[in-house]
Amino acid sequence: MPAIIRLQREPIAMAAEVEKLVGARKDVGAVVTFTGICRADENGAPIAALTLEHYPGMAEAEIARHVEEAYARWPLLAALVIHRYGRIVPGEDIVLVATASSHRQAAFAAAEFLMDYLKTRAPFWKQVESAGTTAWVEAKSADDTAAERWSAPPPQSDAAK
Amino acid sequence: MTSGTAGQSKKIKVRYFAWVRERVGKPEEEIEPPAGVATIAELMAWLADQGEHYAYAFENPKVIRAAIDRNHVRSEARIEGAGEIAFFPPMTGG
Repeated sequence: MPAIIRLQREPIAMAAEVEKLVGARKDVGAVVTFTGICRADENGAPIAALTLEHYPGMAEAEIARHVEEAYARWPLLAALVIHRYGRIVPGEDIVLVATASSHRQAAFAAAEFLMDYLKTRAPFWKQVESAGTTAWVEAKSADDTAAERWSAPPPQSDAAK
Repeated sequence: MTSGTAGQSKKIKVRYFAWVRERVGKPEEEIEPPAGVATIAELMAWLADQGEHYAYAFENPKVIRAAIDRNHVRSEARIEGAGEIAFFPPMTGG
């Protein structure tokens, strides 16, 4: 299960990371990458920055559990999740998810699955900074709905229980 | 179950994140709940009783999520044997 899972403060070197993930492999026919970027507004109001707090240890473990689940559901050849923490200003990246497979369907589906679960299950919390004040971002029910559509148990985990 | 019997209560490391951390006023601590506190829900109720900061942090326990030893758990999960328990708001990463 080749996977890169990393939390970092620094911006993500997307091209270099994807290059490292796929490398010289000749069996990969599709790579899907998703980059989450800090917008300059939250709920219609301008923001100065986001600060991401996380639960060290659990964040990595939770992401690894979902990467494992993605491998059980789709024929993946490689997967990568890099999530930033700390202060992030508008225009900077927050998260990079990349999935590689022989064909595009698995790569698209697995990337979307990983992002939906990152939003609702990975222990990260965003705080918005605007006009000198800070406020915690509230969880959106649309994100829960997005994650729930994957929750019909895959045959593999049924058999394992 | 006798509460306060020697050996029944055990120190547990508790961690708080985001606004739960801000309201409690510290990121982590060691607690020693009485033996009658058996589940996450009971632990939140007990914590809410430990002073005004805790009462504020745990005033609406339904919105607070918990993890035992870095795994998400429901409020009815038993805390026996837990090494580290964390409380936090719904997650907003990604």
